[in-house]
Amino acid sequence: MTPGLLEAGAEAHARALTRIATAGEPVFNQGVALYVEDIKVAFDGFQALAGLSFTVGVGELRCVIGPNGAGKTTTMDCITGKTRPDSGRLHFGSNLDLLTMTEAEIARAGIGRKFQKPTVFEALTVTENLELALAGDRRARFAMRARLSGEQRDRLDELLKTVHLAPERERVAGLLSHGQKQWLEIGMLLAQDPKLLLLDEPVAGMTDEETERTAELFLSLEGQHSLVVVEHDMAFVGTLAGADRTVTVLHEGQTLAEGTMATVQSDEKVIEVYLGR
Amino acid sequence: MKKALFIAGAAVLLLAPFLHLAFPPGHPMHLSEFYVGLLGKFLCFAICALALDLIWGFGGILSLGHGLFFALGGYGMGMYLMRQIGRDGQYQTDLPDFMVFLNWKALPWYWALSDSLVAQLFLAFAVPGLLAAVFGWFAFRSRIQGVYFSIITQALTVAAMLLFFRNETGFGGNNGFTDFKRIAGLPITSPGMKVALCVASAVALIVCYLVARWLTQSRWGRILQAIRDAEGRVRFLGYDPVAFKLSAYVISALMCALAGILYVPQVGIINPSEMSPAASIEMAIWAAVGGRGTLLGPVLGAFFVNGTKSVFTVWWPEGWLYVLGALFIAVTLFLPTGLVGLARRLRK
Repeated sequence: MTPGLLEAGAEAHARALTRIATAGEPVFNQGVALYVEDIKVAFDGFQALAGLSFTVGVGELRCVIGPNGAGKTTTMDCITGKTRPDSGRLHFGSNLDLLTMTEAEIARAGIGRKFQKPTVFEALTVTENLELALAGDRRARFAMRARLSGEQRDRLDELLKTVHLAPERERVAGLLSHGQKQWLEIGMLLAQDPKLLLLDEPVAGMTDEETERTAELFLSLEGQHSLVVVEHDMAFVGTLAGADRTVTVLHEGQTLAEGTMATVQSDEKVIEVYLGR
Repeated sequence: MKKALFIAGAAVLLLAPFLHLAFPPGHPMHLSEFYVGLLGKFLCFAICALALDLIWGFGGILSLGHGLFFALGGYGMGMYLMRQIGRDGQYQTDLPDFMVFLNWKALPWYWALSDSLVAQLFLAFAVPGLLAAVFGWFAFRSRIQGVYFSIITQALTVAAMLLFFRNETGFGGNNGFTDFKRIAGLPITSPGMKVALCVASAVALIVCYLVARWLTQSRWGRILQAIRDAEGRVRFLGYDPVAFKLSAYVISALMCALAGILYVPQVGIINPSEMSPAASIEMAIWAAVGGRGTLLGPVLGAFFVNGTKSVFTVWWPEGWLYVLGALFIAVTLFLPTGLVGLARRLRK
């Protein structure tokens, strides 16, 4: 075979991999997990997102901060398919077009979301909550006969330990404390084994000790998963971002500033709108 | 303990009808024909309450149109029973009397299977099942929830009732079907047949109960409960709630159809009043009184409410609806978990 043909073949293969798909597995051959490009959303004339753009790298831990109404939750809603933007582009990996996918398809492709208000299934036990989240066949037919495999049992035990809920495993989730519910929801997110985790104010209502442990957990996930953490708590963001991770500041539906915590904190525009004059 | 209770309950339901045959009238152990019929009716109602509870108690979907599936099952069975009358009707013709009355010369096409019990039974399940599948698919896909779903199911059953009231629809208009003579060639009013139908209803209830128990304890059942409590979360876990709600709705409709199929030969009549809104709402009351989200509750609720109704219709017929209303209000206010919840609370 000639080198020319080989090259053409390799190119065709690369094209096929990155062809825009509407379902399936994301391909991370460009080093980018999430592209958000010029997203606009209006609710009854209120411009919630006004041309928002940012990208999240593979394995990156990205913090997003911004005052109330800056569009943080709306951004999450767009990425997970809950809200359809009026215009713009949203890609997961280099091949998946999130705008054409349903919430369930997006979740199956590997985007997990933690809500601002902890949402767990209150009538089910802690273990059952995690079991439903475990990666696997999602069809109704399958669910009627589904049994846990030994491997899945081990994974459940491991998850219960990770989120410090092993002693509560048989408890009904509705009886957990607020902080424990937050942990359970994070556990459910991990059980899905998502490639990208979206965490909306994950430490709201947690004690200082719980907050600290959460920060440790997220930092340990960096590298294996991409994470986007939206948070109000500056101390928490400070811990997560450290000296060299990127922080994105949102304001009025746009990216106001991006850079390390130190750069962002010294940015004049940021000081004006968020950190207070 | 629980298992022993279940076996005891099942045995009582299965054996009680035989008291009618085993002991002569006048014997203290004899169960009169009236009570065999009543038990059979209650068993069918209990299946309906169980079916409704599967989607309401576990799935959080309140259907106020389940009377429609019950009636469609009943009409399916009724068509077969009408054909079994043969030439013994008033006009002594091959066609059912109401068709002769309408001056029809041949059976309409949708009566084509009505001479075969097996084929007609298939139809009696297939029609309500398909209707539930199509209606449910559109409703759940459009994310119609809560009270809106209740209202459109109610509208659906009213629309069907109006359709079945018309003589031209071909189901006997407001008189419906009655005057049945036999099933599979055997006389329908014989004591043996009465007992057989009652026992069949008991078997049906036990099977439905076991199916419901298996379903609700499977992962499918837990996802259904999860949808009830936090549908958004379920979606973001990658499950499509439509598939789960729809399968629950169709299974529930099929159970109601089964109840209707067994009910009609026992009471000897089916007419459009079974599709009235009140009939469907009563089913919801049975489930609520007994205890939503438990499987035993709706069964007890159906027996309790209908038992009370039987007492009141003898004692104080005009008062029954007031009693029913008061019962419903009392349960909603003081016993959100119904009779089963009350029993649990008393035990503690």
